[in-house]
Amino acid sequence: MQFTKLAVAAAAAAMVLGSPAFAQNSVLLPVIIELSGGGATVGNNWKNGVELAAAEVNAAGGILGKKVEIPAVDTQTNPGVARAAIQRALDDKPVAILGPIYSGSVKASMQLTADAEVPQIMGGEAGDLTAQGSKYIFRTSFGQNISMPKLANYLRDGEKAQSVAVVFVNNDFGKGGRDAIIKELNSRNIKVVADLSTEAGQADFAADVIKLKSANADAVFIYLNEEESARFLREAKKQGLNKPMIGETTLLGQKVIDLAGDAANGVKGHVGLTVDAPIPAVQEFGKKFQAKFNYKPDHNGLKGYISVYMVKAAAEKAGKLDPKAIAAALHGLTITPNKVPGILMEASWDSTGEIDRISFLAEVKNGKQVITQTLPKLKN
Amino acid sequence: MAEILQLVIAGLATGAIYALAAIGFTLLWQTSQTINFAQGEFVMLPAFFALVAMNWLGGPFWLSCLVAILVSILLLGMVFKLIVVDPMLKQGVLPLVISTIALGLLLREGAKDFYSAEAQPFPYIFPDRQISVLGVQLSLSQIGVLLIALAVIAALQLFLSRTRTGRQMQATAQNPTVARILGVPVERMIMYTFIINAALAAMASLLISPIYLAKFSNGEHLGLAAFVAAIVGGFNQVRGAIAGGLLVGVIDNLAAAYVSTGYRQSVPLILLVLFILFRPQGLLGRREERAV
Repeated sequence: MQFTKLAVAAAAAAMVLGSPAFAQNSVLLPVIIELSGGGATVGNNWKNGVELAAAEVNAAGGILGKKVEIPAVDTQTNPGVARAAIQRALDDKPVAILGPIYSGSVKASMQLTADAEVPQIMGGEAGDLTAQGSKYIFRTSFGQNISMPKLANYLRDGEKAQSVAVVFVNNDFGKGGRDAIIKELNSRNIKVVADLSTEAGQADFAADVIKLKSANADAVFIYLNEEESARFLREAKKQGLNKPMIGETTLLGQKVIDLAGDAANGVKGHVGLTVDAPIPAVQEFGKKFQAKFNYKPDHNGLKGYISVYMVKAAAEKAGKLDPKAIAAALHGLTITPNKVPGILMEASWDSTGEIDRISFLAEVKNGKQVITQTLPKLKN
Repeated sequence: MAEILQLVIAGLATGAIYALAAIGFTLLWQTSQTINFAQGEFVMLPAFFALVAMNWLGGPFWLSCLVAILVSILLLGMVFKLIVVDPMLKQGVLPLVISTIALGLLLREGAKDFYSAEAQPFPYIFPDRQISVLGVQLSLSQIGVLLIALAVIAALQLFLSRTRTGRQMQATAQNPTVARILGVPVERMIMYTFIINAALAAMASLLISPIYLAKFSNGEHLGLAAFVAAIVGGFNQVRGAIAGGLLVGVIDNLAAAYVSTGYRQSVPLILLVLFILFRPQGLLGRREERAV
């Protein structure tokens, strides 16, 4: 009997001490990310980017001498699941949360990280994510408030478009992008002749393309998630939609190019992050990723990769592995590749968690993204 | 006018694919009282068989499609009947329905784990060019899909009505007891319907996957669309399933263009409810009454 009690107590102690909450000798960075559902493509890129960075950081001695742990949890591209996963992850006292990418999932969970005072380094691009007053939300890519003015300038100056048809996905990401681009187009006196909402996970774009053909715009602005972008481009080619197709980073991403095949050729737009950037460190990252995971990463692979180095740089600046201190250190921080090579390109975060760094104009030619122009940081 | 014509043609092309899957619903129901709620996954899976043959085994596209059809016939036709339907049907229709729901989940998650959770590109069977008909630009691919689906349906109708085996299958569907007395090998005829269902599902898969991209979750929408098509057309008539499929495809496209893409999925469901309320036998189905 005594032995049984002892065994039970020992087992309970082992379970408690073995849980991540008590794993004092590591830097816990839960990866709460889209591994299935509509966001599986972007989420897997992010997760693999995180894995690559964590392995490098650990091989170089970890963060402040402690190894990085990156347990991944699938949000199923569902905001409710994402929120529950982050709630559970916060119970384990992480140093930071990495993810999610879908803006709706970020929106559903960011109050939790704010309340817990844990930095959430995420991939969402909806414009309002950094406008809600959270001191713990940090972008890894441009918000729509930064990227859409650049795109509107390109539509006006590069494409000389006087009328534009907008097709967007009806989720937080898409609606935010649609509102932002229409505002920017209106301010430049570019007429919006069609404003088409599509659904997340939509499989058939025949009706949408037919409507766009009838709209006869000078250019079509496409703001959909990866798989939907590819389906749209395939349908557009099938039906002969011969208009310049312009988009933001997603539309020119490698996964979209792979899925859309020939239909992606000729697509142009603004790209915040790409492994095709004319920067040796970024291209080197692309080669390492390709070697390890056997496919070319899209911008979400880069976002996941730099998220780990953001934590490393901020923790080293703060001098301790305290989540609140790391968040404070990230505000107003500029990380340069000469000090933190893993950051790949110089990047700065302002007091809202908004990111600033150089970006690119690109075009898809022969199944490859080709950078045509490099745009400078907004604030030097 | 040109816009409506384009929408109708596109809707007919998608609807013809729904019809291929819906026919399977009606065939299985008529011959073995099987309501296969894994039908959507039966349409999802053959594309992955083709991708495995093409990407992993290095086969050419046409051979991979052939392999997909043959593997579908074997697994989704014969093995499905022998392992799932035969043992469960003895327990009644409801346990079988639950079994097919479970099978659908298994196939969906299996495709995700075995191949990928991400969408996969799938080649078009027809070139993505346009042709001009009466001054309206139409997609050659859509017309090709429509023609292939209609040709398969026409061949099936001819087989059922003009061949000895087809007539035996119809006899089995109408009254298996009498058919058995008349010497019809009923068990073999039922097996044939499962094989035909699997072949039709494979055809639907090869035609829809270039549009939807091959993805483990495709079955959810396809299964629902085919089920609605079968109910709307008439669950006990093959020609009803064809009409239902085409109608659902066209209405889906028109709803997307003129109502909203947000509500497009609800329009076929509203149609389903209206038919159940006011014409439960469907467009072309016949009334069935059962004693309780």
